[in-house]
Amino acid sequence: MLLEVTDLVKHFPIRSGVVVDREVARVRAVDGVSFTLREGETLGLVGESGCGKSTLCRAILQLTTPTSGSVRFAGQELVGRSRRELRPMRRQMQMIFQDPFASLNPRKRVGQIIGDPLELHGLARGSELKRRVQDLLDRVGLQAEHYNRFPHEFSGGQRQRIGIARALALRPKLIVADEPVSALDVSVQAQIINLLEDVQEEFGLSYLFVAHDLGVVRHVSDRIAVMYLGKIVEDSGADELYDKPIHPYTNALLSAVPIPDPRQNSARERLVLEGDVPSPIDPPPGCRFHTRCPWSTEVCTSDEPALLDHRPKHLAACHHPQNV
Amino acid sequence: MARFVARRLLGMTAVLFAISVIVFLIFNVIPNSDPAARIAGKNADPALIARVNADLGLDKPLPVQYLTMMKQIFTGQLTSYAKDRNVVQQIWEGVPATFSLCIGAAVLWMSLAILFGYLSAVHAGRFADRALTILSLVGISMPVFWLAAMLLYFLSFKVELFPTGSYVPLTESPGDWAYHLILPWFTLAVLFVGIYSRVLRSNMLDAMNEDYVRTARAKGLSERQVRIRHVLRNSMIPVITLFGLDFGMVVGGGAILTETVYNLDGVGLYAGEAIRSLDLPPLMAVVMFGAFFIVFFNTIVDILYAVLDPRIRLGEAAPA
Amino acid sequence: MSAIMTVEDLRVSFATEDGVVKAVDGVSFELAAGEVLAIVGESGCGKSVTAQTLTGLTRASNARITGSVNYRGREINGLTDNQLRDVRGEQIAMVFQDPMCALNPVYRVGDQITEMIRAHRDVSKKEAKAKAIELLRSVGIPNADRRVRLYPHEFSGGMRQRVMIAMALALEPDVLIADEPTTALDVTIQAQILQLIDRLNRERDLAVIIITHDLGVVAEIADRVLVMYAGQVVEDATLDEIFYEPKHPYTWGLLGSLARLDQPRTTRLTQISGAPPSLLAPPAGCRFAPRCSHVFDKCTELPPLEARTGGTHLDRCWLDPDIKAHRGSERVAHHG
Repeated sequence: MLLEVTDLVKHFPIRSGVVVDREVARVRAVDGVSFTLREGETLGLVGESGCGKSTLCRAILQLTTPTSGSVRFAGQELVGRSRRELRPMRRQMQMIFQDPFASLNPRKRVGQIIGDPLELHGLARGSELKRRVQDLLDRVGLQAEHYNRFPHEFSGGQRQRIGIARALALRPKLIVADEPVSALDVSVQAQIINLLEDVQEEFGLSYLFVAHDLGVVRHVSDRIAVMYLGKIVEDSGADELYDKPIHPYTNALLSAVPIPDPRQNSARERLVLEGDVPSPIDPPPGCRFHTRCPWSTEVCTSDEPALLDHRPKHLAACHHPQNV
Repeated sequence: MARFVARRLLGMTAVLFAISVIVFLIFNVIPNSDPAARIAGKNADPALIARVNADLGLDKPLPVQYLTMMKQIFTGQLTSYAKDRNVVQQIWEGVPATFSLCIGAAVLWMSLAILFGYLSAVHAGRFADRALTILSLVGISMPVFWLAAMLLYFLSFKVELFPTGSYVPLTESPGDWAYHLILPWFTLAVLFVGIYSRVLRSNMLDAMNEDYVRTARAKGLSERQVRIRHVLRNSMIPVITLFGLDFGMVVGGGAILTETVYNLDGVGLYAGEAIRSLDLPPLMAVVMFGAFFIVFFNTIVDILYAVLDPRIRLGEAAPA
Repeated sequence: MSAIMTVEDLRVSFATEDGVVKAVDGVSFELAAGEVLAIVGESGCGKSVTAQTLTGLTRASNARITGSVNYRGREINGLTDNQLRDVRGEQIAMVFQDPMCALNPVYRVGDQITEMIRAHRDVSKKEAKAKAIELLRSVGIPNADRRVRLYPHEFSGGMRQRVMIAMALALEPDVLIADEPTTALDVTIQAQILQLIDRLNRERDLAVIIITHDLGVVAEIADRVLVMYAGQVVEDATLDEIFYEPKHPYTWGLLGSLARLDQPRTTRLTQISGAPPSLLAPPAGCRFAPRCSHVFDKCTELPPLEARTGGTHLDRCWLDPDIKAHRGSERVAHHG
């Protein structure tokens, strides 16, 4: 087990006051998330805006301090560690970001961007450093002469490749990819997805792959976790999630995605949800999804369902599970 | 909203307190400011100075002096050292002139600035814009006292078009009141017209590229409607808040030079005299007067911003 | 069905420091009454600029626009803003991508709708407001009578887009141009909005031009599809023809590179190598040639957009029709 997350919570306080600021409410961005990730596995994390997936990524990597809960990476607890203690562990976990334009320092050359992590951890210097960086550039499909260029000279897809090279520099075990292809054109997305898959085998990586595009997530993931308002509502193998979704939200999500195939699209039974996503500041009582769920009953408004395995290796948090 | 206002008022009080303490301390630290020595006259001996000291309460410890002075200001009993006149009374008498000058100048500068800024933005890059830009820059670059002196010389002395300054109260004769204030209004406004028209022009050019302006056009509104109801309206918000700050500053003491050159009997003129004679009580009172208005208008501006921009008033992204 | 809008050889270029950018380089198409036409392509292909230029909203001082946009027999390209007033909003309405930016934040939503109504019709404030409430109701906004007084930022993203659609329909136009209307929205909200547009199209015989990069959205509501690449239309066909009998290598590449939700994990996505050409100096011949795996010697000459296999299916590719039919169906079989 490479990564074990247990009851991870991250709340953001909202402060207000006349003379002294007091906490008046909290944004419950991540409200008790548990899952595991094996070595070599890709776990897809899907959800819509406000579900907390980005915050979850940062909380796992300790880029933001969790409010409570546990994150065990290769058997070691990460929560509560000091920056110094975390440093050697940081080598093993890296992140790829969504926005290829914002995630690279525009003042640094590509060679620097990719080489800095190596230098920082004392892994290489001078000409050895340069050689390793050029190897990485080659591996991600860029040219050696790109070493001296600046980010603004590249396209979105190329910048994302630079970000991947940077993440690979330290040869980590885990890469958290936060919407790595969402900002790219469709034809470029395919290139980057293929690259990520090739590199996974070669470098022996595990991925936590966050995306809102269900098609992409299905393609890359072994397992998928569905998030809604700070909690995981379903966790199963990728194919089974699509074939036999248990949670009504998953059902609605799958149903809402238009399939690029007119006949298949119209042959489907569509479930279109009413209303908007509630706010994470004041989530609904009981099951958080009950306000939009066509099957909700009395118990759903008062009791929060636990995440149970309604099918083998297929967890869902629902009082009225479907397809079981 | 109420909480917001309460907070600002609290802040205002804190700032005024701090300012008064600082002024008081500075005054007691600068050399050549021993009022007792000055009042006692040139050839005073130490015994006489000591008696003046005791008389005016200047031998008590500083905190006591400070508290006494503050009390006197608020109860309107403060007397100046040099001229032995009631300070608060003097300020009160100067208020009509200062307010007449500032309010009139403000009306003038805002009207012209909006007109020039709007025309500049609408004709951006073309002749009208360039001409107005040059005018603005000239206006911003001219020192107030120089401009005032030039205007007086050419339009009042050489050609007797305007009176040579001095203030005529409104109640006495509205016509004369305005007539005497035309040059001062213009002088004070010139600098601000330059700045504000540039700010408005810049805001409008930015707003013209906004998506909602494109929507307004797509709705089929006339160009004029688009420019005024969408571009101008949104561009005015920062201008109005800026105005609040500048107006507070002008009333609070920015009009000193103008009042002095044109010999308008206002608070600014009084402040100038107090500075020259290093007289603490009027100086303190004038500073408090000025500080009050500046801080007050600062607060008004913050509240106004919330009124004009519903996003601030109602909080961002509150889904209905 | 006769065409209500005909666009012929529309060209939009922008003079920049680096040269002339040919954003739209000879786009022609027809729109029939009540038809949903999707213009699909990736970023930089010129689809958004095309959409905006139709109602004269491309107003940059460095823009040069040539070509014809004919609406119900009237040439509307090149008209002044004031001349276009009775077309914009009344006959052709637009909905944009980001409703937060597209609505003026300082005016109430109801006021923005009534402003539009009263700019075109002689009605009282009260009548206009009643109409605004009715419009909000018709697009599915609950508590319309209360919400008409709210400001844009007080709505969620999906509701804001409904407001924009309501506003666009205020004067019962014949054509709705929607520029990436759901791109900024969550997928469940996107489904709601597409359902709404579809309903409006059917109930009111409203013609829709929808700009998108998402082929799923196209499959969902389009009747006809234009595929754009590097400022030009490379394929123009019905919905079924595009998905089941595509005739241009770029379309094949697009369809092949999709990670489809309804398919188990394939070994590898088919990718299109390289990147779209610069619009400053597009290649002389076929613009897709540098990235095309079927390129041959004739491709150095720019192919015209023609119906090479009979019917109304237009494409811009020199390949033999037999190869196209073969390749096309090969694509479809690959994804079952």
